[in-house]
Amino acid sequence: MRMLLSALAATTFLAGAAQAATVYPLDRATILAGSPFDFKVEFKSVVKPEDVKITVNGQDYKTVLGKEAEFVAEEKGKEDKILGSAVIARGLILPTEGAYKIEVTAGAESKSVTWDVYNTGETQKAKNIIFLLGDGLSVAHRTGARIMSKGMTEGKANGRLNMDDLDHMAFVGTSSTEAIATDSANTMSAYMTGHKTAVNALGVYGDRTPDTLDDPKVETIAEAIRRQTKKSIGIVSNAEVEDATPAAVVAHTRKRADKEQIVGMMFDVKPDVVLGGGSAYFLSKDIPGSKRKDDKDYIKLFQEAGYTLATDKSELQTATGTNTGKILGLFHTGNMDTALDREFLKKGTVEKFPNQPGLVDMTKAALGELSKNDEGFFLMVEGANIDKMSHPLDWDRALVETIEFDKAVGVAREFAASHPDTLVVVTGDHAHGVSIIGTVDDEKPGTEMREKVGTYAEAGFPNYTDENKDGYPDKIDVTRRLFLSANNGPDHYETFRPKLDGPFVPAIQNEKKEYIANEAYKDVPGAVFVQGNIPKSGDSGVHSVDDVVLQAAGPGAEDFKGYMEESDIYRVLADTLALGVKQTN
Amino acid sequence: MIRLDPYTTRRTVLSLIAGLPLLAMTRPAAAAVPSLSFDELYSKFGVLGLEFSEKVKSLAGQEITIKGFMAPPLKAEAAFFVLTEIPMSICPFCSSDADWPDNIVVVYLGEKQTFVQPSQTIEARGTLEFGSWTDPETGFVSLLRLRNAEYASV
Repeated sequence: MRMLLSALAATTFLAGAAQAATVYPLDRATILAGSPFDFKVEFKSVVKPEDVKITVNGQDYKTVLGKEAEFVAEEKGKEDKILGSAVIARGLILPTEGAYKIEVTAGAESKSVTWDVYNTGETQKAKNIIFLLGDGLSVAHRTGARIMSKGMTEGKANGRLNMDDLDHMAFVGTSSTEAIATDSANTMSAYMTGHKTAVNALGVYGDRTPDTLDDPKVETIAEAIRRQTKKSIGIVSNAEVEDATPAAVVAHTRKRADKEQIVGMMFDVKPDVVLGGGSAYFLSKDIPGSKRKDDKDYIKLFQEAGYTLATDKSELQTATGTNTGKILGLFHTGNMDTALDREFLKKGTVEKFPNQPGLVDMTKAALGELSKNDEGFFLMVEGANIDKMSHPLDWDRALVETIEFDKAVGVAREFAASHPDTLVVVTGDHAHGVSIIGTVDDEKPGTEMREKVGTYAEAGFPNYTDENKDGYPDKIDVTRRLFLSANNGPDHYETFRPKLDGPFVPAIQNEKKEYIANEAYKDVPGAVFVQGNIPKSGDSGVHSVDDVVLQAAGPGAEDFKGYMEESDIYRVLADTLALGVKQTN
Repeated sequence: MIRLDPYTTRRTVLSLIAGLPLLAMTRPAAAAVPSLSFDELYSKFGVLGLEFSEKVKSLAGQEITIKGFMAPPLKAEAAFFVLTEIPMSICPFCSSDADWPDNIVVVYLGEKQTFVQPSQTIEARGTLEFGSWTDPETGFVSLLRLRNAEYASV
């Protein structure tokens, strides 16, 4: 007993004496050989520069990293609070693969991390990659879209989604560097850089200083493609093109809300095709509708850089016929409307922006343009509204969005069928806390909607129809429909019905900045109050920590298997395009 | 210190001098004040920008009324609140001030009033002003404002 106690005391003493500094890239980082990245050490205390010792694989760091790091005596936080000293070296390049053990000491602080620097094959496995990201795409969305779109008889699906037949798959872990939970910035950033990072961060590790634009950078896939190849790059989303997911292809910021700066970063990389919403951040601040705080006119800057501008579906059609090779298509000042609102209900903001293209139109236009480049291309397509409708618990809109996203997958697969040197990847970035638990049947007796929920055998099968075979249900408000239920959310009213007047707004904020149930739904016949189970500061359903399912087909797809981290996916993409090697042909 | 912006009208200066509590009493009867609705703010919505309606242009500088909902204040000490067409719900990942709907009206109050619930329809009354303006305290950029305003539940 006495021995055990003294052993414990010794451990505690050691932990107290040796404070751990933080090293970026973090321990177990995977780094593409030859890709530039920033190196930073954050000490917890103020240390003397002469006390700082950094070795890489036992050698002085300057020999291996090839650069002298800058010493910052005191980093400051909010209200000038002193956070400690730091060492920063930007734009390092490690050309040779292998394990790199970084050991840092300064006074009482020490830290050791190991990086895995990997290289790729000499030659590309595929010429093109189409990476389709269903934002928030969870298993319930896929199952629901399949039942709603194809129907089901005696327990067997009457048809298959396009994504169902991609023949390689992996379970993907979505957690961030600071928490098991995650958002669309850090998750897409992991896919697009190979480095996991913090919630809200894009193309950087989240450091401790308040400045959102000084964090240690890592290379994005668009930058790697520009550095090593002559391939074209395309970005398609029905969100604002400067929203987290499309931004992750090009951007470096600790804060995804830096949308004004992200537009500038997109301009720096100049993807050949950029299609989506979000024109408000392209307009100079004196133009009504602008959300910029400066006078920069990015519409003009892109046009001067040779882009053809398209602002609606017809102009997109015209632009694909031009030979500039570059298209900037902005179809909304903010996020584009959902397929249900655009094509069927004409709600949301469709009255203001009546001629928006859908994800299918945009994917076709992008592929048509990008495939003109004999060197190949990388195209990212985001189905953003799956997530944007899942947050407010608007499951009907989320499922119709999933059907539209799957149609874009169909366009990609069709392209791959005639261009077999194409890798098609379909995945979500994170999941939502949602499941299908049965049906709601209006024909069941009584007025209490809760009693009309069918579970187990009582669920039966929904009665959606698709007379015109367009893959969308002819109407969403059929008498026996899917019942999806969130496992979390703010206080709200469950109406058991599709929201035909526009997207659901479950909760609104009060003067204490707490979210309370939106009374607008209180008097819908049969509506029941649902007590929230997340903090009252939360306005909507949250992302779940569950794994997402990735599916892929084409050359390179065989490397997606088992459980993978989101950061591991990048390595497969890089290897498929052989981004470790300069492509000279 | 009273901060005067380029749009401050002579009337505002006078009322500031005269003392704010008297302001409401000096106003003409409600019937004489033209009203504006959220539908009437812009004549054109487009990707390349919005266009203010003729009605907004013609009423600029005049006292008007408009009905809407009060969004929770950005900061407790902010000198203005945002009037929205529908009760405000903001998504957790787009909560920067730039992610408000296009059609908002920023209301600068003549004097402090208590906050009302976001589901309560209010009528705001003040001098209409249009054009881009950056709030010097918060950096909040607005296109339409009511100056020297007050409001009441309806």
